[in-house]
Amino acid sequence: MVRGLIIIPAYNEEVTIGAVIKEIRTHIPDFDIVVVDDGSTDSTASVARSSGVTVLSLPFNMGIGTAVQTGYKYAQRKGYPVAVQFDADGQHIAEEVNSLIGPLLREESDFVVGSRFLSKGSYRVGWARGLGIRILSAVISSVLGSRITDPTSGFRAASRDVIEFFSRYYPDDYPEPESLVLLHKAGFRIQEVPVRMRQRTGGRSSITPLRAFYYMVKVLLAILIDLFKTVPRSGKGG
Amino acid sequence: MDIIRVLATMVSLGILFLVLELIRRNRLKEKYSLLWLFSSVVMLCFSLSRELLHTVSLSIGIKYPPSFIFLLAFLFLTVITIHITSVISELSERNKALLQEIVLLREALKERSGKEDEQESQDK
Repeated sequence: MVRGLIIIPAYNEEVTIGAVIKEIRTHIPDFDIVVVDDGSTDSTASVARSSGVTVLSLPFNMGIGTAVQTGYKYAQRKGYPVAVQFDADGQHIAEEVNSLIGPLLREESDFVVGSRFLSKGSYRVGWARGLGIRILSAVISSVLGSRITDPTSGFRAASRDVIEFFSRYYPDDYPEPESLVLLHKAGFRIQEVPVRMRQRTGGRSSITPLRAFYYMVKVLLAILIDLFKTVPRSGKGG
Repeated sequence: MDIIRVLATMVSLGILFLVLELIRRNRLKEKYSLLWLFSSVVMLCFSLSRELLHTVSLSIGIKYPPSFIFLLAFLFLTVITIHITSVISELSERNKALLQEIVLLREALKERSGKEDEQESQDK
């Protein structure tokens, strides 16, 4: 029986996408996979297609927010009970999906974020990025009233109600942290679980201290605006 | 009538006619043109009557009437720009939704034709 849908947003990930799909198939075969190709200019779409998964190809690059939302809309129309966002760069570990969806199945939460920083192994990030994430998580934690350690994590699982909500309403600019604030405002229950993630092996991070700082300022502004916005409330929760 | 007043009136009339002509040719939607119509009519009134400009600006405490013109122009442009950005935001939101719809429909179509192919090969 199919337990849910794995949504993989991908932009020019031809090198890793094949292995990511294979890993998901091997470790959690009872999940369907949809790759949302965000206008890639390389062979991401054809590599994914040749491995037999559903590929939704956006005709041009629309940004991660639109790509992920397309996945949620697909999940909503197909009626999946659970949807999991999974990175195409090989950073996420397929087996960890089981611990991610646990709280959803036990109906303890509506939305679960996989955190690199809640124990389990030591995931290291650069100091600037680390500081940015720490400040961001402090702000978001105080908004949500519960501790969020990894607000930029793209490894997350959504219940049917959240799938429904996201298919109508999903932020464009900085979707990972912003969606947490919007879900909270809509009255959903959000939870973090510890997960292992792989360190980026090849290449160096494109994040310089200045960029990390600039990113943080922009995200904080976006969150401020989100707090100010009207959001449709969910039927559940508060 | 001095030259500057004639000139101002002609320019205001020109803008008014330009807006009306664009509406007539369906090149400008009415709902986007209201602000332009309004602002060009106001400018026309002030060009025609210097007394009106003086009375209005002095009555709200502006000692130097020409600066009232600048204030008005600045305000109109600000409002119109905000209006345009809001229209663009709405358009890009719709553009995104349409794009996603197309992608999802294409997938649904593909799925359906895939099923039909299966049906056919089973029938044979």
